[in-house]
Amino acid sequence: MAFTLTINGAAYEVDAEPETPLLWVLRDNVGLMGTKFGCGIAQCGACTVHIDGQPARACATTAASAVGREITTIEGLSDDNSHPVQQAWIEDTVPQCGYCQSGQIMSAAALLARTPDPTDSEIDSAMAGNLCRCGTYRRIRRAIHRAAEIAKS
Amino acid sequence: MMDMEMMLSRRTLIRTMAGAGGGMLLGFRIPGAFAAVVAPKPWTTPTDGDEINAWLAIDADGTVTIRVPHTEQGQGALTSVSMMIAEELDVPWDKVQAVFADMNRHVNEGEEYIVTTTHGSQLVRLQHPHIMQAGASARERLKAAAARAWNVDRADVVAKQGILKSGNHSASYAEFATEAAEITLAEEPAIKKPDEWWLLGQPTPRLDAPVKVNGSAHYSIDTRLEGMAYAAVKSCPVPWGGLKSYDFGAIEDRPGVIAAVELKAVEGKDFTSDMQNGVAVVADTWYRAKTALDLMPVEWDFGPEGEVSNETQAAEARRLFEATGDVSNEVGGDAIGMIATSERTVTAEYHRPYETHARMEPINATVSVTEERVDVWSPTQDQAAPLKIVADQLGRDTRDVYVHTGFLGGAFGGNGGGATAVTRQAAEISRQIGRPVKVIWTREEDVMHDKQRPPVYTRLSASLGEKGLPEAFFSRAVWFTHNGVERHGPATADYAIGTMPYAVPNRRHERHNVAAHIPTATHRAPGANQNGFIIEQFVDEMALAGDWDPLEWRIEMTKGQERWQRVLLRLKEVAGFTTDLPRGEGMGLAIVADHGSICGACATVSVTRSGQLSVEKVVLVMNSGYMINPRGGAEQIEGSVCYELSHALYGGLDLSGGQFVTRNFDTYTLMRMHQMPEVEVHFALSQDGWWGGMGEPGGPPTPPAVANAIYFATGKRIRSTPITKHDLNWS
Repeated sequence: MAFTLTINGAAYEVDAEPETPLLWVLRDNVGLMGTKFGCGIAQCGACTVHIDGQPARACATTAASAVGREITTIEGLSDDNSHPVQQAWIEDTVPQCGYCQSGQIMSAAALLARTPDPTDSEIDSAMAGNLCRCGTYRRIRRAIHRAAEIAKS
Repeated sequence: MMDMEMMLSRRTLIRTMAGAGGGMLLGFRIPGAFAAVVAPKPWTTPTDGDEINAWLAIDADGTVTIRVPHTEQGQGALTSVSMMIAEELDVPWDKVQAVFADMNRHVNEGEEYIVTTTHGSQLVRLQHPHIMQAGASARERLKAAAARAWNVDRADVVAKQGILKSGNHSASYAEFATEAAEITLAEEPAIKKPDEWWLLGQPTPRLDAPVKVNGSAHYSIDTRLEGMAYAAVKSCPVPWGGLKSYDFGAIEDRPGVIAAVELKAVEGKDFTSDMQNGVAVVADTWYRAKTALDLMPVEWDFGPEGEVSNETQAAEARRLFEATGDVSNEVGGDAIGMIATSERTVTAEYHRPYETHARMEPINATVSVTEERVDVWSPTQDQAAPLKIVADQLGRDTRDVYVHTGFLGGAFGGNGGGATAVTRQAAEISRQIGRPVKVIWTREEDVMHDKQRPPVYTRLSASLGEKGLPEAFFSRAVWFTHNGVERHGPATADYAIGTMPYAVPNRRHERHNVAAHIPTATHRAPGANQNGFIIEQFVDEMALAGDWDPLEWRIEMTKGQERWQRVLLRLKEVAGFTTDLPRGEGMGLAIVADHGSICGACATVSVTRSGQLSVEKVVLVMNSGYMINPRGGAEQIEGSVCYELSHALYGGLDLSGGQFVTRNFDTYTLMRMHQMPEVEVHFALSQDGWWGGMGEPGGPPTPPAVANAIYFATGKRIRSTPITKHDLNWS
């Protein structure tokens, strides 16, 4: 069936079963490839997007449930790497293989939107759903603090 | 259904990616600004610049494009290869951009890049001579071209930071790039010595961060082609078992379903021919294919391996502990006899289970087979491998096959043979259905059909002499490796134990290499990981039994070995190791050689009375001989700590009924942010002519250092992993 999704401020008409996970609609139907598939069971966080500003695992969110809501993907964070989280990530060269980083960045951006100056333990708990196999965790935590500074300045 | 603008047209695809280029040029990040990512351009004129040799081209504006034949799996290949060439070429670092090299050209035109694989922590360690040579050669040819035009000697031309100068003459490299390409030097120049470096050795940020923060970095799994179909696959859960039947009729009317394709194991069980018996469902989106496959009735013939489990392997190991194995190393006299007659002995049994690579990008491949050409996208550690694999699978000439290299979402040794099985699957399916196809394995399929890190059971014993130091040492290991990778087994089986640096006068090392049906392969620091955990805890057992401090024991037993002493003495200086801590707190040490480097670790842990473990800090000292990028090196070491601790603390695959029942991150748990210890990295470099690796050696010493620390905190010796499955309470 066809339905309309609002993604990064634009409307997309997609034809898919309503129970299709948002992840696969983003990737296969809409063609936004920045949101990654990692586990399919909401355990790794590689598919993290924002739905009405809240972080959500797109692999465990049905497309139908996102109708009428604002979906933001990594591509919608900024046009020019200018989001404070992206700036901080580049400054500290956080990514290694980079595969998990779209999800890490979306979780971090959502955290900073609701907690502008998070503590280490607030960061740890907000980021606990995002796995990184390259082991960039400490740079991620440092970059979130840095992004908080950039956002204030 | 699809947004056509998001897809590359067939023509664009061939123009921009064919033959090379991989498709992405990376800009350099200028401090304080964000460099633009340069759009993909055709190979032959990467940025309209002139090719001086296969490795580099120079643009009119001075931009130097470096063609990197290695994959970027997070280890920094794009940056380190570019640094090595920029060092010799002598060009401003902010004028450098990197692009993946053309594998069709490499394979079919004389293998100019010499080595295209990225495994074994070897890129810098083993390949710096020919990579730096390419930069040095280009520099000297630019000088020769300028010398000819200016009518001076080449020796009187200075090439520095992209400018050629001699007397009153001055020109940019770009002005002589065309002429330089035609020059043949009578003698190729030697590469620079480390004391001549201006760029190497400087902490240098990676080139690829900007494309990895906005979703634009292209991984194999992100490939989309016009007319592409998607396939989900299931291989027999018990490797090498058979497909009895499947009922495509039950699902063929589901939305988007196109076909079912039967897949057949390749006989021979060679390392690069590990496709299993299975079945694929093809549909117009991956989720439709996957859903239909899940609903399709499938019957398997598990075969004789259907009874194998962790328990049957453990029983086999216990049986083989009593049987003489192959001797891998023997030193001095009759170690077994000496231990048998000694009154002061130490004996222990250790075990490491199967582990899976669990790279974040699930295994996938996209192949387009047509009459005139074949195009391949595959998450491979060797850019050239998929080309050869697909040519072999389809019986095609390698000249017709084009590999498009993207970023790798991790690999860790598991994609070393070229993500073989999935690439063969995609080639086979595309050939059969007559259109491009992208195959993606579910995470469950990825874990079940990974080429796993092999398990090992090891019994060790030693007898202590007068000073409390070991005079005889005996180890007998039982490995379960797939017979298709036998050549990996014997070598890795001996690392760290058979090759120990410790001056024990009488030693005998034996191994049994049991051929198991589970495919196994290299896995970040293969052998050194399993054996490092075993030997470095047993060292503590021997040291404590002989009333030695673990650090002083290691210093004593490596006397006269400069590379080891350098690490241990620095560790002593920086780590503050002590065995004198209150109950519930502990520090532990370990030192392991891997891929030519020697890495020491000191871990600090706390364990609550009820057994809750927290790894507080790991201090590491690395001796890799030399170091071209301390920033990248520290990232690799810290990453190795996380990777190895994940396995040691939480990992372990459960094998039952011949198949893995641990299949996703709900049961195969990995380290998360709040569990990551503080990591402090020090370099203690010998700088005396040898080079060690960097991508792997940081891992092996970490788990034994943690386990040794747990012993001091709790009095409990943890001889198998995952550590967190043991009861660590000390009340």
